[in-house]
Amino acid sequence: MKLKTILTALVIAGCGVSAVIAADDPVKVREGLMKQIGGSMGAIAGIAKGEKPYDAEVLKTALTTISTNIKAFPDQFPAGSDANSEASPKIWENMDDFKAHAAKLGTDADTLLAQLPADQAAVGAAAGMLGKDCGACHELYRVKK
Amino acid sequence: MGARVRRLVSTVVFLGVVAAAGGWFLTKPEPWPAAHWDNLGEPDLANGEQMFWAGGCTSCHAAPKSEDAAKLVLSGGLPLKSPFGTFHVPNISPDETAGIGSWTLADFGNAMTRGVGKDGEHLYPSFPYGSYARMSPKDINDLWGFLETLPKSANVAPPHDLPFPFNIRLSLGGWKLLFFTDKSRVTVDTTDPKLARGQYLVEGPGHCGECHTPRNALGGFESAQWLAGAPNPEGEGRIPNITPGSKSIGSWSEGDIASYLETGFTPEFDSVGGSMVEVQRNMAKLSASDREAIAAYLKAVPAVE
Repeated sequence: MKLKTILTALVIAGCGVSAVIAADDPVKVREGLMKQIGGSMGAIAGIAKGEKPYDAEVLKTALTTISTNIKAFPDQFPAGSDANSEASPKIWENMDDFKAHAAKLGTDADTLLAQLPADQAAVGAAAGMLGKDCGACHELYRVKK
Repeated sequence: MGARVRRLVSTVVFLGVVAAAGGWFLTKPEPWPAAHWDNLGEPDLANGEQMFWAGGCTSCHAAPKSEDAAKLVLSGGLPLKSPFGTFHVPNISPDETAGIGSWTLADFGNAMTRGVGKDGEHLYPSFPYGSYARMSPKDINDLWGFLETLPKSANVAPPHDLPFPFNIRLSLGGWKLLFFTDKSRVTVDTTDPKLARGQYLVEGPGHCGECHTPRNALGGFESAQWLAGAPNPEGEGRIPNITPGSKSIGSWSEGDIASYLETGFTPEFDSVGGSMVEVQRNMAKLSASDREAIAAYLKAVPAVE
């Protein structure tokens, strides 16, 4: 019984520690946010291409993830956090423009959530619109190393 | 004594003149004979437009940050930074004075495939004629026909800003002698029409190697490293290796590559970035079969780690 309590305490403490580590590393946090956006884009593109059947719930979840994550995204760029990342130094030079690019994707995702694309063709158009937002920002602010 | 010195001097001068003449002969601008551009007939404007997107003309020649219809106004002006100085992209709209409206098909074709300007001067290889040299006279004729349909712009682009000796155009003859070729970059099985088409598009109009292949100190390609990735000429980061040996795209299938060129998404749904965003937008306008041909060629070139 006591052992169980100790173990539980250790596990909880462990979770706390790893959460603290993650929160301390903005590069990891923002990469995690982007990865989830990528996964959501994949779900939308699957429907757009007809590889997956149309599913309003899947769309809603994907768009919600994109909207939530992209709104949190620009806050993960404290000064000096450009090492070991694909973030361009231009982000810190043009922070307002960078934030505006992120906001554009958030607004587009919210617009789609308010009026969910109703069929495969509409999902295709939505994927094109969101994809353009991705490229517009990555064109300026992401650097492959 | 005096006679010997005189003879020596005249010999040296004679040899100097011979060397200069030989050098001039070896490095002089070489347009095609006029007949090369004869009998091509009426241009096929639809094919000309495909060549326009394949060639990416608009990415450098439209005003920076142009969208949609503005992409078709080739007013020039974009500064291209390089280790040799800053090039300013010229106006190639059909305007008769600011653009190339007064050019003939032969003027245009010799610029595209021989790197020779309207006044018979060498052009700088920042204009990728080293790739366009592989384009067929028919495609050049079609592209010229399409360019003539585009809007005129009166914008006058600034001259190139290059330090000595790169501001001496004559020296480009030496560069061409060393590096200019219209031969294939690598050997692929061209009995397969798909691979032959892919090779044509990538090595010719698409000019993919201009960024994806590393260069030596004089700006010539490291030929054993064809498409193996290179430092970003615009500064930060690297242009990736796109051979089958690539860490980033070596594992992609032909379908993955074609789909990336169409949609801008990688198989993991990461998106296209950097200067490839422009290129991908252009590639999206090609036919599906041309994108598939490019993909097939990229899977067939020698793998470089």
